[in-house]
Parts: sequence; structure tokens; C-alpha cells
Amino acid sequence: MTQGENAPASRVLLKDVRPYGEGEPVDLLVADGRIAEIGAGPDVEVDEVVHGEGAVLLPGFVDLHTHLREPGREDAETVESGAVAAALGGYTAVFAMANTDPVADNAVVVEHVWRRGRELGLVDVHPVGAVTVGLRGTQLAELGTMARSAARVRVFSDDGHCVDDPLVMRRALEYTSAFGGVVAQHAEDPRLTVRAQAHEGANAARLGLTGWPAPAEESIVARDCMLAAHTAGALHVCHASSSGTADFLRWWKAGDHAGTVSAEVTPHHLLLTDELLAGYDPVHKVNPPLRTDDDVHALRGALAEGTLDCVATDHAPHAEQDKDCEWSAARPGMLGLQTALGVVLRTMVEPGLLDWRGLARVMSERPARIAGLTDQGRPVAEGEPANLVLVDDEHRWTVRAAELASIATNTPYEGMELPGRVRATLSHGRLTVRDGVVAREGAGH
Amino acid sequence: MRHLLSAAELGAEEATSLLDTADTLKRTLLGREVRKLPTLRGRTVLTMFYESSTRTRVSFEIAGKWMSADVINVSSSGSSTSKGESLRDTALTLSAAGADCVIVRHPASGAAHRLSGWLDETGTQVVNAGDGMHEHPTQALLDAATLRERLGGLDGRRIAIVGDLLHSRVARSNVHLLRTLGAEVVLVAPPTLVPMGARQWGAEVTGDLDAELPGLDAVMMLRVQAERMDGAFFPSAREYSLSYGMNEARLARLPEHAVVLHPGPMLRGMEIASRVADSPSAAVAEQVRNGVHVRMAVLYHLLAGEEVTA
Repeated sequence: MTQGENAPASRVLLKDVRPYGEGEPVDLLVADGRIAEIGAGPDVEVDEVVHGEGAVLLPGFVDLHTHLREPGREDAETVESGAVAAALGGYTAVFAMANTDPVADNAVVVEHVWRRGRELGLVDVHPVGAVTVGLRGTQLAELGTMARSAARVRVFSDDGHCVDDPLVMRRALEYTSAFGGVVAQHAEDPRLTVRAQAHEGANAARLGLTGWPAPAEESIVARDCMLAAHTAGALHVCHASSSGTADFLRWWKAGDHAGTVSAEVTPHHLLLTDELLAGYDPVHKVNPPLRTDDDVHALRGALAEGTLDCVATDHAPHAEQDKDCEWSAARPGMLGLQTALGVVLRTMVEPGLLDWRGLARVMSERPARIAGLTDQGRPVAEGEPANLVLVDDEHRWTVRAAELASIATNTPYEGMELPGRVRATLSHGRLTVRDGVVAREGAGH
Repeated sequence: MRHLLSAAELGAEEATSLLDTADTLKRTLLGREVRKLPTLRGRTVLTMFYESSTRTRVSFEIAGKWMSADVINVSSSGSSTSKGESLRDTALTLSAAGADCVIVRHPASGAAHRLSGWLDETGTQVVNAGDGMHEHPTQALLDAATLRERLGGLDGRRIAIVGDLLHSRVARSNVHLLRTLGAEVVLVAPPTLVPMGARQWGAEVTGDLDAELPGLDAVMMLRVQAERMDGAFFPSAREYSLSYGMNEARLARLPEHAVVLHPGPMLRGMEIASRVADSPSAAVAEQVRNGVHVRMAVLYHLLAGEEVTA
């Protein structure tokens, strides 16, 4: 599954870095795509030197939930612009969601996305395959063919749509278990969310927006856990957004069940609430919707304790005309790749809910394991693949949409100050970001 | 006043001042042969209605014309909107063409807020004539004007709003304005038609209309659209009417002085019995009359920017 392997091997010395933010700074030598030596001497011969100045070294981040919009909506994002954003955000692997146009429900589309990722060599781009043909929820897509394709698809999702038919969901969980696939469910009962626009609660009531009730998510999560146990399948819950979902998963995971259940939470659900909807600016429109302060705190707690396994961005670029309009006409989603680290530092690390090891767990190790990646989310140790991110934890920066790499500009964090800056990213031993700037061979960037 | 987007943003002083202006205008025009004031001569007012409406559009149009403004109606079906133009571009176009004020009705909650943001730099002012399920501030103002006339004031009065609270912009605007003006508001509806979170509006919520009747100074009946039954909000029109309809028996249980309001259009036999609608307790025609004066007052406060002196 190694990508970017066509790039020339290089030797990179990371000077004065602190793995997991622990201990005194050390020098770390990367050679042939692997961590060759920790505590390397000053006289080693290398191609590049990165001065860490005590920055924190972590395994590169893995995003299970990214919308790269190619093919179909290249006016919002492409594999290239998304890959740049991912590298700058500290990611070394991203999973590109299937709701493109045409839909990634066949080997041709998933191989296109996978090849574009390899050509760019900035981040491992793993296409997610659709569960059902055209995301229509009725007929299974050719899951096995996508799994056997060059893209070796293992994560399947109709994200944007819920696989709401329980029989189709059951079959998907059963069928993918043959080749170690995981079904990533966008949990949203469509009957409970007809024309839904905002979290059902006091704010939606006041603003006159049709409610998106939390039980529409929770009931599907509960049902799918039971189906995963019954079929011994692998379920991944996308973007858990309510305290009820966290409570159910905590209870479920405490039990002894067949099958596996994992869950992700987005950075925006860890920070933002539906109070932001007051001005009707659709930059805050997202699905599932922003909920309450109670939900935010429940999700933080659940992530800290492991009830929620990982953070996934649900990076969802949208063209300006799809956001600069009335609320109900706007498309749901927000940018996330370059702000995820800052938001997680602010919501989880700064309050003491996670330490750097914990951050590595939720941003890298767990998502890599859920998706079955063997070369990502590995320890910072000699002999391991050099998929790494170097984080300047002292640095604070102000989010400016115009300065982000994505083509679209729909960030809800405009003007917000966030902690932590990605100083360098290494993908398979090669620098993809250095000094906060994307490094591309011969590209002049 | 820069724009009129919601009743929630009106303070007691500003709301009272608008109602006083409406009273003054009403008295000034009373018995005049030519009902025309020169106040807004040379000003251009556009109505942009993205939903069908007769009474609100006509009311605004008359209000503008009685103030000598040039009123132009833009219908969404005959305009660029039907060709796929965005709301933003339509608004900027109308502003560039010389609109001093845009009166907008739109099916999307928040549409007037969005318009005001896009038009803020142009100087064009926005009046919300109903946005989705959010607000309809001039309806609340005309209801308040009518209740003030009938009851002599709103302070301490107890007013029930009955019906489809979930989908009603009239209810939301009225809850805000009536409370701002000192009234007690009780919301009456089957629980399926009460928005989650409505209990935080500062009004009482109940499903029992009959228990409330003897203590009320006014009842505001909301239209219940038959298509709501498809959403399983209630079992049948008949059962709704039996439980929440204002019939003669219920009218008899109201205090003598109590007023029955309806924003229209009425579904006679559904939420209001025909004889109640035509009874002296009902103030439906006064609401429509006051609507013109209230909208004149709004245009006056926005476009002339000063108080009327009698």
C-alpha cells in the first residue's frame, strides 16, 4: 500500500525533535522511507536537515473522512488541492469519500482517485467505495471488485446518505467481512430528518429551521451496532454528533459483542455549537448539524476515554455559490484538513483531556487500524515507516480562508486563533511540508 | 431603524413608537377623500415575493402608495429568479436599479437576514414580509395595533396563540412582540405542532385550550394547513377542529371583552367556525385595515427616519 514510492530515496535529519512531546530533544534520521536511527550523531551525511527546535514529532495523521470532490466538483476541490491541504494539515493518509460525480461505486472511479493521489505523492489517497450503486441505498455496489482493484478499497460508505434500509446494511456488513472491509455509516434516519436544517432544539425553534433530531442518528447507530454483532461485520460510525450517540457507544462497547464497532468525531463537533446559526450564515451548515454545548462536552469526554476512537475531518469543500445563499439552499459541510490539528489541540490537549500520545492515538493510530493500514499510525521508533508530522506547539496562528490550500473557502474558523502549526510533514520518508510550506519536487512551490 | 427583519429585535420603545405612528397615520387619513400623503415622494419601494401572498403584498403596496412612494412588484416567476439567478444577485440587481427599500417574502427562514447582509453596503433597506418559519414582524405589529385598540393596551393582558406553532412565522413574531409589550402569552397546540425548545420562548405551553378560555383577553387562531396531516402531526381535520377549533361554544366561554384574531387566510370550519369569524368578537377586518397603517409606519420609520407628529 506504499505510495509515493517512485520518489527518489532521500536521507532527512530531523534535528532537536521531541517524539510525542516527551523528554529532551533528539536527532532522528530518516532513510529509505523509514526511521533509521533515533539519537543520530551530528556528522551523518543527509540530503536535508529540518531544525525542529524542540517541536513535537508524531506519527502522520490519518483522516478517515475527506471529500476531495474529484471527479465532478473540481470548482470546489481537486485531489491535488485537497492533497496539499492534507499535507499542510499534517496528514499522511486521507480517505476520499465516494460521493463524487460520477459516484465512486466502481473500480474505474476509485482507481482514478487512487492514481491521482500517487502521481502527486503528497499524501496517501485511499478512495472510499460507495456501499450502494449511485449512493441510492438499494443495490450493493461491486464492493469486491473495488477491493480487488489497484486502489484496494477497504472502507465503504454512502456518506452524505444513510444506508437506511436495514436489510441492505446487513448485507453490506456481511459481504465486506469476506475481505476485511469496514462499512462507514452516515447515521441519519431519513424519515426523521425530512427537510432538516439544524439541530432540533431551542435555536432551531427560534430561527424557524426544521429540526434534525439527535435520535435520527442514535437510532441508526444502535441498529447498526446490533447488525454488526449479528453478522460479525465491521461498522464504523461517521461523525458522531450527539451525547446520546456517545452514551450508546459507551454502553455497547462495554459489552461482549461479535463484530467490531468504531466511531469518529469531527473537529467542528468538538468545538462549535448551534448558537452560531443566529446570523443564518450557511458556513455553519453541516450534516450532522452543530448541536449544543452539552453535546460538545459529551463528545470531548467520549473521545478522551476511547468511546469515540478517532477524529476525522469530514472536510467538505463547497463552491462559493453553494454557500453564499439562503440557509435552506446551501449545501452542508465545512473545510477541515488544515484546522483539525488546531481544533483538537484547543478542545482536547489544552484542557488536559488528551496528551500528545493521546493525540497520536486519535489522529493517527486508531484511524489507521480501523482502515487496516499497516504503514500508517505506527510508533515513532527505529525501523518504522517514516510517515511523520512535526508540530510546533508554541505557535499560534489565525485562520484565513484565503490562505488555505483548498479551492473552496468555506471554513467556519475564519479569524479564529488556533494553537499548533505543522512545521514539517514526511510521507514515506520524504518531506511533503517543510517550514509550513508544501514541498513538491520540481513544482516550484 | 436600518432594516426590519424580526420582531425579536424590536425593543418596547421602538415598537410602541411604530404603533403610535400607525395610529397617527390612521387618524390623519380618516375621512379624507384623497388618502395620499406626500411623505415618501421620490422613494422607490420594491416588493419581492417568492411565495404567493395576496393580503401582505397588497397591504404593503397600498401602504407605499398612500405615502406617495413608487411601489414596484417583482414576482419571482416572471423574473430572473425563474432562470436560476441567486437571491443575492437578484437583490444586488434591484438595489443597483435604484431600490431604496426591498420588501421580501421568501420560503427560506433567514432569507431577509441574508439579504440585509448583502445589501448593507448599498444603503438599500430590507423589510421582512415573512421568511419561512421564522418571522413576520409586520403581522405582529398589526396584531398588536388591533389589540391595543380593542383592549386599550397590552400590558398584563393574557393572550393565547392557538394552532400550528411549529411552522408559523406569525406565532414566532407575536410571541416576541406581545411579550415585549408586556402581555402574557400562552401557546396552545397539540404537542406535535409545538417546536422542541419553544418552552424557552418565555411563554406558557399547553395542549388544553378549554382550560385557558375563561382567563384570556384575546385568542389568536393560526391557520392549520391540511397538508400537515401528511406529516402525521394530527390524526384528522375533524379531530383537530374538535380539540383546537374556535367554535361558538368556546367563544361563549371567553370573557365578554375578549378578541378573536386570525392572520388569514382563514379555513372556516377548521380552526375557526364561520359564525365566530363573523361575530363582533372577531377582529379580522380590523387586522387587515391596521395592516396598511402599520406598514406605512414601518416604511416611514425606515425611509424618512423620523417620528410623525400629529
